[in-house]
Amino acid sequence: MAKDRVVIVGGGTGGTLAANLLARRGVAVTLVDSTGWHTYQPMYLYLPFASRVPRTAGPLYSRRVKSLVDRRVELVVGEVTGIDHRAGRVQLDSGATLPYDWLVLATGTAYYPDDVPGYRQAAHHFYTQEAALRLREALASFRGGDVVVGVTTIPYKCPPAPLEFTLLLDAHLRRVGLREKTRIHFLSPLPRAFTIEQVSEMVTPILEKRGIQVHTFFNTESVDPEARVVRSLEGDEVPYDLLVLIPPHGGVQAVRASGLGDSSGWIPTDRHTLKVRGHERLYALGDATDLPVSKSGVAAHFQAEAVAENVLAEMAGRAPTHAYTGRVLCFAETGLGRATIISFDYQHPPRPPLPNRVLHWAKLAFNVLYWYTVPQGRVPLRGVAELHEQAGPVREEARVGNR
Amino acid sequence: MGEQTIKADRVIDARGAYCPGPLMELIRAVREAKVGDVLEVLSSDSGSKRDIPAWAQKAGHEVVGVFPEEGYDRIVVRKAR
Repeated sequence: MAKDRVVIVGGGTGGTLAANLLARRGVAVTLVDSTGWHTYQPMYLYLPFASRVPRTAGPLYSRRVKSLVDRRVELVVGEVTGIDHRAGRVQLDSGATLPYDWLVLATGTAYYPDDVPGYRQAAHHFYTQEAALRLREALASFRGGDVVVGVTTIPYKCPPAPLEFTLLLDAHLRRVGLREKTRIHFLSPLPRAFTIEQVSEMVTPILEKRGIQVHTFFNTESVDPEARVVRSLEGDEVPYDLLVLIPPHGGVQAVRASGLGDSSGWIPTDRHTLKVRGHERLYALGDATDLPVSKSGVAAHFQAEAVAENVLAEMAGRAPTHAYTGRVLCFAETGLGRATIISFDYQHPPRPPLPNRVLHWAKLAFNVLYWYTVPQGRVPLRGVAELHEQAGPVREEARVGNR
Repeated sequence: MGEQTIKADRVIDARGAYCPGPLMELIRAVREAKVGDVLEVLSSDSGSKRDIPAWAQKAGHEVVGVFPEEGYDRIVVRKAR
């Protein structure tokens, strides 16, 4: 009897790890990736401020998917243009089809700049290499004025990124002597600077101290490139000289065309088993899902572990009982050489420690160590409680002690 | 009261969601909804019963009610514009 084949679409953090975990357990795995390059996207945050751009053969901050996967994984480089789950096959842009017995969708996100009027003409971002380099050029010729940083559609990858960017921007402008000539505006759709209250309370005094103006309840609706203003759903507007808005996000075209996604192309996924709702032999993980967890590499990582276990269980005729716990663990830069860590799961709210230099250095170290640990599944798992104890003093304790 | 007659067009189960969090999940759903749609958010985050009505009011939507359940709150909002 032929062995069941698993096809995984997407060679990012989650897809690559799932492929490795399954291959190691003897499963026949095909991993399809559109470019054959695996990019560590958190580095894009720093690129607009880089004094030098590294010269690389391929894309920046990337390694070939081939170098990250087990030899037993069959790697196909090509773009999936169609998914026919009933027939059990995906279609590639080359015209070839790949049949499968089990499908794992790790397709990530796509950007839809035209979803927000005026965005394409006026807004910068740092979510792709090309955009980050364009923003870097714009910053290099910036001579002062109003810089506005915000988001467009929700959800978007990496919730802290706009805040991190704003704080890094403040530090950068001070370094180059332009801070006095610049007004920095941070737009938040929420009643406060950040969604997690403890982080918001920690960061708001920092924003105030650095003279960054926070506009709350600002849900970006459109940009007017003529008048150079960004407008909100709530009826407010903020003028800009330089505009940085996280691009509109949605599921990839192939998912949208397949009918498997919701109205934004996110795949309805069970929050524990990661099975795609209403289907058998179909799993989704990472940014591509509709789960109410942060779209982040770390979530994709932990979800990939659950997917691999559950596919194996179902292949053996057992129930998929391995649960993704909602685990997320993110570093967040707060500028000036400090960072905090945001760690939680479905059962445990975050308890972020005060920003400190150790965590900033840990983030920098992780930027390198990632390549040798995460895609290959070499990260030792730690409980949320354990990590909270080791990360540093939290706000409450600091308030009680001496300041 | 009218609570039993309110049927949600969409239920957003944001229990155990901390980042981006229940309010952001509701904002996403409101943008995708039609005017007049009733949206129900389930949240285990104690701040939601304050944050969500505050946002709804500022954004011009109607807060239908905040209903405490076992271990979570059910917050019902109607998209008014």
